[in-house]
Amino acid sequence: MSQGWGLGALVNLDHYGHYLNWHFISISVSNLTVMVLMVVTFVVALFAPFPGRRNRRGSK
Amino acid sequence: MSTTEIERQWTSRLRKSVVAKLPPDKMLPDTQPAYVASWIYVFGVTTMAALFVVIVTGCILAIDGPVWWHSSSLGHFVNSMHLWAVEIFFFAMVVHLWGKFSMAAWRGGRSLTWVTGAVTFLASILAGFTGYVSQTNFDSQWIATQAKDGINSTGGGAFFNVLNLGQMLMWHIVLLPIAAVVLTGLHVVMVRIKGVVPPFEEKSSEVSA
Repeated sequence: MSQGWGLGALVNLDHYGHYLNWHFISISVSNLTVMVLMVVTFVVALFAPFPGRRNRRGSK
Repeated sequence: MSTTEIERQWTSRLRKSVVAKLPPDKMLPDTQPAYVASWIYVFGVTTMAALFVVIVTGCILAIDGPVWWHSSSLGHFVNSMHLWAVEIFFFAMVVHLWGKFSMAAWRGGRSLTWVTGAVTFLASILAGFTGYVSQTNFDSQWIATQAKDGINSTGGGAFFNVLNLGQMLMWHIVLLPIAAVVLTGLHVVMVRIKGVVPPFEEKSSEVSA
């Protein structure tokens, strides 16, 4: 993977994966990151105000 | 041909039935209920947008075949677009699933909407697995040899050979995409027929659809 590219990944992904181990559970940091991001996105989506919601309230 | 004969034709009966169940203003509505103005409702359409990019980039990859991306920077770019669109697709679909599960979105006669969504999820997972083993690299070989043992333990290996690149690629680019797109279409039609599920505190009768 070229590291000279200006449009390359913001995080350097050109290395072997890091793994977290706890008893029989083994999970890559990247997979865990995605799972945490999904939970955060879900919670934010539930509570973050939606643009223009006040104007639409009561509308069809 | 008399009017009665025309009305008895299957085309006439099918058209009337379809229009009665899903009139044009319901198929492509101009407005949605007020409760739809929430971020939790955007993940379904995000999933479909990502699916569109997955299909388009997959079609471009199909032009030069599964090994194109190894030798071409353009192929590598399109392959990366395909990968990241899939990442967004599953990310958005899982959040969509959590959102709908928390709303018990099968309420109000929407069980078929829920089932078509769930089966689309399963078909997409299979499409993802067959995509893993179609990468034509050491990663795909490793995944295929691991998957082989799992599939063989179920007895399915006799019909679904994950070490057969041709079979896996055809499942990945023909059968499973057709299943995913058709099921997604049915899912959307069901949403249009039954409407978006209202929140728990509001009953359907209190909110105009």
